[in-house]
Amino acid sequence: MKILNKEILADSQGISIVKITLLSPDIASKAKAGQFVVLMVTEEGERIPLTIVNADIKEGAIVLITQTAGFTTKQLANVKKGDTLYSLVGPLGHPTEIKKYGKVILVGGGVGIAEIYPVAKAMKAAGNFVTTIIGSRAKELLILESELKQVSDGLIVMTDDGSYGRKGFVTEALKELLEKESYDQAYAVGPIPMMRAVSVVTKNFSVPTLVSLNALMVDGTGMCGCCRVTVAGKVKFSCVDGPEFEAGEVDWIELLKRNSIYSDKEKHICRLNNL
Amino acid sequence: MKKKPVSVKGQDKNLRVKSFEEVVLGFSEAEVLEEASRCIQCKEAKCIPGCPVGIDIKTFIKRLTLKDYAGAYSTIREKNNFPSICGRVCPAEYQCRRACVFTKKGEPFASQDAINIHFLERFAGDYGAKNKIIVKADSNNKLSKFKVAIVGSGPAGLCCAGELARGGVKVVVFEGLHKTGGVLRYGIPPFRLPRNILDFEIDSLKELGVEIRPNYIIGKAKTVDELFAEGYSAIFLGLGAGIPSFMGIPGENLCNIYSANEFLTRVNLMSAHKFPEYHTPVNIGKHVVVIGGGNTAMDAARVAIRLQNMNGIISDTTIAYRRTEIEMPARRLEIEHAKEEGVKFQMLVKPEEFIGDDNGFVTKMRASRCELGEPDASGRRRPVIIPGSNFEIDCDIAVVAVGLGANKILTSVTPRIVTDKYGDVQVNPETMETSVKGVFAGGDIVGGEGTVIEAMGMAKKAAVSIIDYLYYRWPDP
Repeated sequence: MKILNKEILADSQGISIVKITLLSPDIASKAKAGQFVVLMVTEEGERIPLTIVNADIKEGAIVLITQTAGFTTKQLANVKKGDTLYSLVGPLGHPTEIKKYGKVILVGGGVGIAEIYPVAKAMKAAGNFVTTIIGSRAKELLILESELKQVSDGLIVMTDDGSYGRKGFVTEALKELLEKESYDQAYAVGPIPMMRAVSVVTKNFSVPTLVSLNALMVDGTGMCGCCRVTVAGKVKFSCVDGPEFEAGEVDWIELLKRNSIYSDKEKHICRLNNL
Repeated sequence: MKKKPVSVKGQDKNLRVKSFEEVVLGFSEAEVLEEASRCIQCKEAKCIPGCPVGIDIKTFIKRLTLKDYAGAYSTIREKNNFPSICGRVCPAEYQCRRACVFTKKGEPFASQDAINIHFLERFAGDYGAKNKIIVKADSNNKLSKFKVAIVGSGPAGLCCAGELARGGVKVVVFEGLHKTGGVLRYGIPPFRLPRNILDFEIDSLKELGVEIRPNYIIGKAKTVDELFAEGYSAIFLGLGAGIPSFMGIPGENLCNIYSANEFLTRVNLMSAHKFPEYHTPVNIGKHVVVIGGGNTAMDAARVAIRLQNMNGIISDTTIAYRRTEIEMPARRLEIEHAKEEGVKFQMLVKPEEFIGDDNGFVTKMRASRCELGEPDASGRRRPVIIPGSNFEIDCDIAVVAVGLGANKILTSVTPRIVTDKYGDVQVNPETMETSVKGVFAGGDIVGGEGTVIEAMGMAKKAAVSIIDYLYYRWPDP
């Protein structure tokens, strides 16, 4: 749980994206693409889930990348190298099903780019042709471009303001690409509206699409049901049934609403702590 | 003439709803002596087989009457590792007190006149804790070479750990959460089981040499086979009942509808009632509806009414149950305390739908009234909906406390461990051994939702079998 390294990947428009390397040999030796950990920064802290971006068995280390959003992510952005987290448990959730699909398209938005990275890497290693589309608000907030380039056969960069790559949303690039070529599998992580938009596009081209959901969690082991989502009309727990689901089957509106249950309290605690 | 039972003192009901301090104050020494002297020391004490772990109740009460409190403590500890916990959370009215000679045969639960065995046990347990009476581990050379892994630190896991450690076995307990105790910590609120008591009982295990590894999920970070490969000679699974059940009615995923597990975990484990000092939030409503009739429902309602009182909200917390009070599985004391604290009860109510606002937050619950029909498989009369009895109740927080299913994290990656159709682990009821040699199980993972003491009973049985296994069946290295 010791923090071996901390690096600020982006800091712009009031948002920071931070990369943290943690010592955890047991998690590192088991972590697979698509899995996550649940951590607490301090003893008074809340438990939050974060995707495992990389695992280094030799070093016994895992990498997490987080973007400041609520209180705990802001707290996490302030940790220092050498600090120790109060708790860390994992790897949790089902790993991504990695196999040779043929042509795979990955779509990452914002800090979601960090979450598609391990999947892109594993998909490439499994012999797939990998195309990656990543997007952010602006150039300063774009992460892991060179890392993803190394594991992709093609990489498309989009920014909302046009400050880098092409101007526009990732879904625009996705639609254009699918009009030109066919793909066997899509995988998307990003803000809920983005994942929802991706699911609409890929549905039109009948491309099966997995998304990794960012539902609120407490224990992360199926015990509380905080992370329940409706998928194909059935109630699923993101933590033990997911976190990945077929995009076209997710009730996005419900997820969006459930993820804002504590917005007021979140603002309050951030204000109190000048975060 | 038969003496009247000593009634236990409780914290003032107007004060206690504003805090998480313990409600039941327990007996004073004088009260213990008076209550213990009511025991007529039956020749054939029926209370003893009424206890799931077979505490020699007759003897420990006798010792109390002689003011031999340390002796009473030791008598209990022969069978029960955690008297301070069990004295507080055991549903004694269904167990030892129901078997007491002062309860008429065939009564559904104990008579008021039955000896208050649980309060006497609590006194003895607290005496042992206060005076740091240590029960020593056996320095058993034959067993000290063995290492046993316990999965889960709830009542079953802790009890099995204690039994094995006292027998001289090296024990490591793996717990998924960041704190030890399982349901004793995340489920049972501090006003029923103060955390210093729980911590004392867990610390006493550590003194026996038990090692505890929190934040560790067997089935994820390590498999059962890897534990064996690392040199563990046997494994005990005390995984607990994991997945909360929901009713499957429309609107159940609206915001502010919690499972009892989530609601209680946020408060009991994560201290959400101390937000923002603690960082986990919980929402507090003006109209709380708790669905269910078990101890978990009572705990959730009593937590909710405290949150309302502590936040200056005029308390309005209702328990909706589909049968009547008699059929409620909760301890009678909890029902009584909930009522005293202002929890309202709506009996014979079956929820049909939750209705929400534009932002997805629950605002109302629609339900039907029921009447009791023919008995079902459990022997309790089945609730039958009265046609056209639909009604609505204001509800901005709902807590669903209708039971739990098995957690399959470990069993899904260990298919050799045979489970039933519910996902519960199948064991030989005599030995608590699973289908895998050297793997034993007990507590809620082998059968629905029992009580703390039943889990401990199974864990003790498993511990005996594990020691037997290590002695006679373990291949000598």
